[in-house]
Amino acid sequence: MKFINYLESITGIGIYPLISLIIFFGFFTVVGIFVIKGRKEYFEYLRNIPINNQNDQL
Amino acid sequence: MELEKFKYDNKIVKWFTYATLFWGLVGMLAGLLAALELVFPVLNLEIPYTTFGRVRPVHTNAVIFAFVGNGIFMGVYYSLQRLLKTRMFSDFLSKIHFWGWQLIIVLAAISLFLGYSTGKEYAELEWPLDILITLVWVVFGWNMFGTILRRRERHLYVAIWFYIATFVTVAMLHIVNSIEIPVSFWKSYSWYAGVQDALVQWWYGHNAVAFFLTTPYLGLMYYFVPKAANRPVYSYRLSIIHFWALIFIYIWAGPHHLLYTAVPDWAQSLGVVFSVMLIAPSWGGMINGLLTLRGAWDKVREDVVLKFLVVAITAYGMATFEGPMLSLKNVNAISHFTDWTIAHVHVGALGWNGFLTFGVIYWLIPKMFRTQLYSKKLANMHFWIGTLGIVLYAVPLYWAGIMQSLMWKEFTPEGQLKWQFMDTVTKMAPFYAARAIGGTLFLVGAVMMAYNIIKTVKQGSFVAEEEAEAAALTKEYHAHGKDHWHRWIERKPIQLMIVSLVVVAVGGIIEFVPTFLVKSNIPTISSVKPYTPLELQGRDIYVREGCYTCHSQMVRPFRSETSRYGEYSKAGEFVYDHPFQWGSKRTGPDLARLGGKYPDSWHYNHMLDPGSMSPNSIMPPYPWLLEDQIDVSSTVSKIKAMKRLGVPYPEGYEEIAANDMEKQANEIAANLKKDGIQTLADREIVALIAYLQRLGKDIKGEKSTNK
Repeated sequence: MKFINYLESITGIGIYPLISLIIFFGFFTVVGIFVIKGRKEYFEYLRNIPINNQNDQL
Repeated sequence: MELEKFKYDNKIVKWFTYATLFWGLVGMLAGLLAALELVFPVLNLEIPYTTFGRVRPVHTNAVIFAFVGNGIFMGVYYSLQRLLKTRMFSDFLSKIHFWGWQLIIVLAAISLFLGYSTGKEYAELEWPLDILITLVWVVFGWNMFGTILRRRERHLYVAIWFYIATFVTVAMLHIVNSIEIPVSFWKSYSWYAGVQDALVQWWYGHNAVAFFLTTPYLGLMYYFVPKAANRPVYSYRLSIIHFWALIFIYIWAGPHHLLYTAVPDWAQSLGVVFSVMLIAPSWGGMINGLLTLRGAWDKVREDVVLKFLVVAITAYGMATFEGPMLSLKNVNAISHFTDWTIAHVHVGALGWNGFLTFGVIYWLIPKMFRTQLYSKKLANMHFWIGTLGIVLYAVPLYWAGIMQSLMWKEFTPEGQLKWQFMDTVTKMAPFYAARAIGGTLFLVGAVMMAYNIIKTVKQGSFVAEEEAEAAALTKEYHAHGKDHWHRWIERKPIQLMIVSLVVVAVGGIIEFVPTFLVKSNIPTISSVKPYTPLELQGRDIYVREGCYTCHSQMVRPFRSETSRYGEYSKAGEFVYDHPFQWGSKRTGPDLARLGGKYPDSWHYNHMLDPGSMSPNSIMPPYPWLLEDQIDVSSTVSKIKAMKRLGVPYPEGYEEIAANDMEKQANEIAANLKKDGIQTLADREIVALIAYLQRLGKDIKGEKSTNK
């Protein structure tokens, strides 16, 4: 059976692709903006957490 | 600012390290036995416990949940304390977690050897163990979140995000896929049937790879690679994108295990699209791991730990490139059901999981025991013998898989299939032998490591309580420079967990809901009827013996398959299959259209001595089926359970099922007698024959009525 048959049998199907697109686009836009706009010192601090344990003996 | 003194708990890390080593050896040994059984079928020993169908689930479960599972906990318990500058939340919970997990492993091994299996790959464990796993997993999560909430470091390093996503997603996958109706203490039926069961199972199966074998180990990569190289991760920005993109996309990719099957086409397409997209985050992660070593490659030459880590990350990159390629429908048409898949997963399991674990252990043990590694030379030898083992394992199977598939598909100019299935099996022998040699080398390397670690432990002095100090968190948060909005999630583990759960739940919901709710996804076939009680008992024997580890029940719509096996499989044929038994590998031929192909006596002789009916067969013999009685007492509860699952047996059928069963069994016994075989009608072989002769019959019936 063609794909379209499955789609047509779902009520209000038109909204689904729109929602999917918005979720996808929105999600990666938000992550993208965060990563681009984030401050350098902030990321520097974070990435050094594992090796900054100068208090540890080991 | 006042510094607080506290102690890291190294003891729990040590225990998990030992368990990782021990179960690693056990799991690899089981794998080697399974591999050798394909070369020397005599190693099946003609007893139930050592046949391939039971050894294979022992191997896969041992390697995934015992070896890698303990490896995860080893790494998490070490890194979590240090990344958060605090001791684990509760020593008591740590202990329960450790011993609970080991108990599960032991019970799992025993129950799988005994044939207690749900028949769903990597989820074979029966319902009491499923519950135990859930409880111990909750203890792990409780301990982890308790630790996070008590932390002295405000920011959660990216490794911890991966741990949190692992915890929440594995919980979701395990619970959803394990919903089953108990029939007895060691037997249950999957709540889902056929196509739905397949979708749920491979949503689970694929994401067991994603969230048990990948995300926790990426967390370990983000901690231990910077530690071992003594330099920070290449790009923290990239790690954030890596994390969110990976967990968001991975969860959708499950249906790529079901291409060209009876699963609705749109679900297959969805699986392909997301699988291809997965290259981006996977390679983002790989590049981030490898580039962490930029400017430090000279260290890789010296440091055996870095060698292991580099090969691990490289293997991850290769496996995650190959995965999307295998998900393309045209490639999958060749690769599916062959040893190509086995080669693919072992690049991941031996290379990525194995080598990362080895690297971490070589780094951890000398640290915790305040000593040097006993022998660097031996560790270097381990590295080379292990690498050689991986190559010798994978390359023959790539070759063999492609060769076998092309042989399956080859036609003569006259339009006949060129090869019997058995021809393709005999051609595999040298490749299986080479694979076993590769596996042996890898195991030898692991034994060398065990020796090296024992010696290191003996010469060192263990620091069980490692002293540390850090400032307590202040109530008020003062941002580094300008405050950033992402801290809403960055510093809030519970929010992070909830957002992760939402992100991973979306894919599953969109894939399942239509197949459960939209009727046209699984068109019903009126001639498909529930199994008779005897067939049902036979089917349970089929599941118990792990027949699905070598035989598929899924004819794909290719000319090469319909010519060989018959009509391609339809979604509506499987509506009473709790669980589905489509299989993922054809070491032997497909069985979906087996019914009526051979006389009953053929099956009887074949199960007693496969070689007598199909010369050169590598199938193990099953002599005990001829001796053991069918468990008649379970019939009532089995029919009842099936009725609860919606299988339309008539009202009160369970009361008269035993009569029907006896009648059908007597018919088969009489049939066998005609061919000179004397057997009692109450033997397991009779039930199994009933089931095998039923396979594919419903559709054949429909065709004849249509004519």
